Amino acid sequence: MGFLDIDNTTKSYGAVEVLHKVDISVVEGEFLVLVGPSGCGKSTLLNMIAGLEEITSGEIRIKDRVMNGVHPSKRNIAMVFQSYALYPNMSVAQNITFGLEMHGTPKAERDKALKEVAALLQIDHLLDRKPGQLSGGQRQRVAMGRALVRNPDVFLFDEPLSNLDAKLRVDMRTEIKKLHQTLKTTVVYVTHDQIEAMTLSTRIAVMFDGYVQQLGTPKEIYDTPENVFVATFMGSPAMNVIPVRVAVEGGVPQAIITDSEGQEVSLAIPQPNLAAWDGRNILLGIRPEALTDPKGADTDSRHIVAMHNRVGVTEPAGADTFVTMTLGGKDVIARMRADAHVAAGEMFEFAVNMEKAVAFDPKTEARIKP
Amino acid sequence: MAIATQDNAASVGRIGRTFVYLVLLLFALFYLIPFAIMLINSVKPLGEITGGNMIALPQDWTIAPWLSAWSTAQIGVEPTGLKPYFWNSIRMVVPAVVICTIIGALNGYILTKWRFRGDTIVFGLMLFSCFIPFQIVLIPMARVLGILGISGTSAGLVLVHVVYGIGFATLYYRNYYAAFPTELVRAAQIDGAGFFQIFYRILLPSSGPITVVCVIWLFTNIWNDFLFGASFASGDAAPMTVALNNLVNSSTGVREYNVHFAGAILAALPTLLVYIVAGRFFVRGLMAGSVKG
Ligand SMILES: Nc1ncnc2c1ncn2[C@@H]1O[C@H](COP(=O)(O)OP(=O)(O)O)[C@@H](O)[C@H]1O
Ligand SMILES: [Mg+2]
Repeated sequence: MGFLDIDNTTKSYGAVEVLHKVDISVVEGEFLVLVGPSGCGKSTLLNMIAGLEEITSGEIRIKDRVMNGVHPSKRNIAMVFQSYALYPNMSVAQNITFGLEMHGTPKAERDKALKEVAALLQIDHLLDRKPGQLSGGQRQRVAMGRALVRNPDVFLFDEPLSNLDAKLRVDMRTEIKKLHQTLKTTVVYVTHDQIEAMTLSTRIAVMFDGYVQQLGTPKEIYDTPENVFVATFMGSPAMNVIPVRVAVEGGVPQAIITDSEGQEVSLAIPQPNLAAWDGRNILLGIRPEALTDPKGADTDSRHIVAMHNRVGVTEPAGADTFVTMTLGGKDVIARMRADAHVAAGEMFEFAVNMEKAVAFDPKTEARIKP
Repeated sequence: MAIATQDNAASVGRIGRTFVYLVLLLFALFYLIPFAIMLINSVKPLGEITGGNMIALPQDWTIAPWLSAWSTAQIGVEPTGLKPYFWNSIRMVVPAVVICTIIGALNGYILTKWRFRGDTIVFGLMLFSCFIPFQIVLIPMARVLGILGISGTSAGLVLVHVVYGIGFATLYYRNYYAAFPTELVRAAQIDGAGFFQIFYRILLPSSGPITVVCVIWLFTNIWNDFLFGASFASGDAAPMTVALNNLVNSSTGVREYNVHFAGAILAALPTLLVYIVAGRFFVRGLMAGSVKG
């Protein structure tokens, strides 16, 4: 029993099922991020928690209370919308206290709560303004104030940062994280931005096509993705997924890859269970940072393998230099130190961190577990 | 809406702009001349008009025609002036406009924010009601008013105009609220606001522009209606338009043109006033800033 239980919940619009048996249990104080591409059902799921969408089947419980059919205002939740949804005709102060007023909180208490929230979010000086007179970042703060003031059991956020410019988005991200660390309220947060998901969450549910593809900590999701979708969706640039053949040599499974020159090279995979795949093809997932110049390789890893390959394109990005090349017949991205000496068209020695390599079944695209 | 006008004005150039203003001035004159003539002749003694000079300014200024039109002129058989009928019209138009606007706004709110199965069909039917010709409903409506016992009364006219006005009012508000962010309604639901609280705390305060449009439209149409007035309330409850007709047609002997002109202006005055007063509240951009654009 968690604090917030999403128990075998499905959602259909008419005959179309858009969410299939979602099962997530959230512990008190957790920061759960629902992440996935547009149209995968994140907002639908959030709205079902909020009570804005009906639950077709299954149950949603908050603090062990079944929420099916309970009005949104009676769930003790608060929500921050992508558009902020501030009431245009009300001042900032009225916007923030409207919910308390509707719940019959006395005026004195409302004013006290308003003061606290305004101080916490540093919006004291904006209280008399109308939403139309605020900047994007300020509106965002007011929207959060409106949610905070209710002191809810669960905070729901629907892509709250996607209307902000890049710089402000990063700042607000940090601020939301700080706020969560201070208040320790349970949060469910929807985003399509995998970096937001990684940085904010204590746990991530990666969604696609109405299914939760994987539920886990950011590290679990990043290091051991359940399938090719999760592997390529999380992380930027995306994980390289290369078709390889498995060959066991001296008891150690090797990935046989065709390099840029058409030569077969073999890379030892430290996953003994892959011996069962001897002679068959698999998909090998290697993150760009596990494919780098020798000096940039992870010194903690005991499975760095050297490999020569021709450099296709180099893209200096300040902190790193990205190299695109052909490997296993696919375009592959390697992440080098900024100062690595690589030039387009030359052969170069890459260091491959095979400890971080992930193997996928080419048919089901599911991870082959050790 | 009118966002692009400034750019256009800037690019037209001086000569072009002068031309545009000239044309506009011409049209304005075209529309104003009849009104000016009515005004001039309504403050002239009858003798000057029958003397043949309609265009000239009065030699003797007088407000007697106005006073006569308002309170003593012969309307049908009674020398009451237009005054009682003016109040009849007010008694008809104010409740009809208020009721239509309230119901229209509620309909628009429900049809956009509380969608239900078949809502588009309901809206389609309401839209259809806007296009039913008046003549078709005359006889059925007379029967209904008779059954309700309100034929020949202002209440009966209010009912007729409400029935017709709801379609238009609903159309206006539905289209306006369709562009109103649904997330605001959802936020208010989470905040604990009920059906009516959301309506008048969130939607109505932002409905100024469309309410002005709706009220102007309804007021003008209902005030100027002649057919329903003549059909259902031609006696004591007759509205201004019917009375004006009676004023013009019932003069025995001399036709008092100056009184007729004054009466016609009196009949037109309220709609003019509504434009001048309400037009000023036609504030655009009331919604700016509720949602990041
Ligand atoms: N009212 C609706 N009627 C029918 N289908 C809907 C409705 N709302 C959402 N959907 C469908 O449900 C799916 C999930 O939508 P949504 O939860 O908004 O996606 P996300 O927030 O992940 O981008 C989409 O395929 C969308 O087309
Ligand atoms: Mg969404």
